[in-house]
Amino acid sequence: MRFWIFLLVALALGAGVFFGARYLHNDYLFFAGYVVLEYLVLATAWNILGGYCGYVNFGTAAFFALGAYTSVAIHKFSPMPIPVLILLGGIVSGIVGLGMGYLTLRLRGAFFSIATLALAVVVQTLITNWDYVGGSRGAYVVRPATVPLVGSYIQYLFLVMLVLAILAVFAARMIERSWLGYGFASIRDDELAAEASGVPTLRLKLMATTLSGAFMGMAGAPLPYYVGYLDPASGFNLAYAVNSIAMPLVGGTTTWIGPVIGALLLGTVQQVATVTISSAVNLLIVGVVLVGFVMIAPNGIIGLIEARLRARSDR
Amino acid sequence: MDFPVELLANAIVAGLLLGGFYAAVTAGISIAFGILDIVNIAHPAFIILGSYIAYIVNANFGIDPILVSLIMLPAFYVLGGAVYQVYYASFERRGQEALRGLAFFFGLLFITEVGLVLVFGVDYRYVEAIYIGPTLRFSFIDLPLRMLIPCLVSLLMMLCLQLYLTRTFIGRAIMAVSQDQLALRLMAADPVRIKRIAFGISIATAAIAGAFLIVIQPVEPSVGREYIGRVFAICVLGGMGSLPGTVLAAILLGIVESITATFYGPSWAPAVSFGFLLLTLAFRPAGILGR
Repeated sequence: MRFWIFLLVALALGAGVFFGARYLHNDYLFFAGYVVLEYLVLATAWNILGGYCGYVNFGTAAFFALGAYTSVAIHKFSPMPIPVLILLGGIVSGIVGLGMGYLTLRLRGAFFSIATLALAVVVQTLITNWDYVGGSRGAYVVRPATVPLVGSYIQYLFLVMLVLAILAVFAARMIERSWLGYGFASIRDDELAAEASGVPTLRLKLMATTLSGAFMGMAGAPLPYYVGYLDPASGFNLAYAVNSIAMPLVGGTTTWIGPVIGALLLGTVQQVATVTISSAVNLLIVGVVLVGFVMIAPNGIIGLIEARLRARSDR
Repeated sequence: MDFPVELLANAIVAGLLLGGFYAAVTAGISIAFGILDIVNIAHPAFIILGSYIAYIVNANFGIDPILVSLIMLPAFYVLGGAVYQVYYASFERRGQEALRGLAFFFGLLFITEVGLVLVFGVDYRYVEAIYIGPTLRFSFIDLPLRMLIPCLVSLLMMLCLQLYLTRTFIGRAIMAVSQDQLALRLMAADPVRIKRIAFGISIATAAIAGAFLIVIQPVEPSVGREYIGRVFAICVLGGMGSLPGTVLAAILLGIVESITATFYGPSWAPAVSFGFLLLTLAFRPAGILGR
């Protein structure tokens, strides 16, 4: 029951954001907001595997780009509405996530991380050599100027991403508070002990990679329509991987709210820095914030707040 | 169509030379990851840093890039020691190296790369030296000097490292640190100090590998990324921390990559090493010369 209350509150909040932005009559808000929401989905997706299970995935860009390229491939075949593309992109990336899990999850933590990095390059090489989706030249996607009911196309994309973000956060919260979340936490804390007490660790980890990969693919599916042009270098940009790791770590990895805080904070800062300083500097900011936070505040902003509250109640 | 024997022979020789260079690139990872268990994914970034230092000195003073890297060895050693100290104080001592240590090195990789982009831009940089250009020819086999010299110097470096690790007290202590820290303490060696020395050496090899890299090909800040998969593939394939295994695996990978590039086109070459890595991790995690 409380889940549905949460969903209703989140939807109301989303509607408020959407109509608030519309009221301001500034299309740039939608362009910038789309990117922040995209990162919100990526960070939440990464956190399902990285935060809940403790497996660091460096291959975010691969899953994200797979979703985007699924859209390109289908668009070349016959154009379809974006929600369908999101679903298909999610399915493709989810399947790849499952496959990657089978191949690598019997490995110790660090090996898994390196394998995901390797996966990103293998997938990028395959896409670069696949002429149907444009190869290394990239592919153009012509999008309609307006959409019925919503109006301008960017507002429509923003709305789609907003709904996706709400769904992703809702799913993450549901996972966290179900038997699945407790299973994930037991893997994170001590995999051997979990295995010994009868937790089906391999099956749980496979579910985590699949879910995490699927959401990353969903976040990527509308990308070709957002940028209008997609090439491997932009789809597989390392910035996606860095951001999706930095945001949960900055916010706090053990709860659903951590990635949300991290994504809203870092995403907004980056958008502002891109406009006011330069796009290279905004990447530097992410790197420095990531290193700073893991060194000084290992449990992120949530950890800092919890420590403050605990200190107050002790007094 | 008859089989192009000459092409194949040349591809294999080129692969051998490339493999020698890969050994130098991987040496640091074999020490840091194979022996010390520190997942330094930022190693390629340090290599690119070495390339850029070789480039700056070479462009301004005309000194040979490999000589520059030898002069830079102490500086990189100190840098490595400092990085390890930070890593130890922030993560290893608290037992948090798994998730946050990885993120730390990932952040370092990113900062180095973006920092180089901000300072030098994304243009390709190259160096000048007398051995860049000429090629030795034995009947139909080509030996380009700009591949041969790095390969030979690299093998020499691997030999020195292997002798150091097996014949000196500190070297043996480095080999022992991952196995039994308590026994090491009983031998009157401080594990943290030994690890700091080892990590310093690991980063010092990046200076040399960086000079090789910029001799072999023009360098821009994001080139290092391609090497992340390669170095870990070689390290794992070579059996985690065994230097002879590293050389063997590096040459194997070099040959396979070179043959792929010759017969299927260079755009497929990166996938080879990563494919190798995925398969090794999935089927033989202990590597060829596993302990």
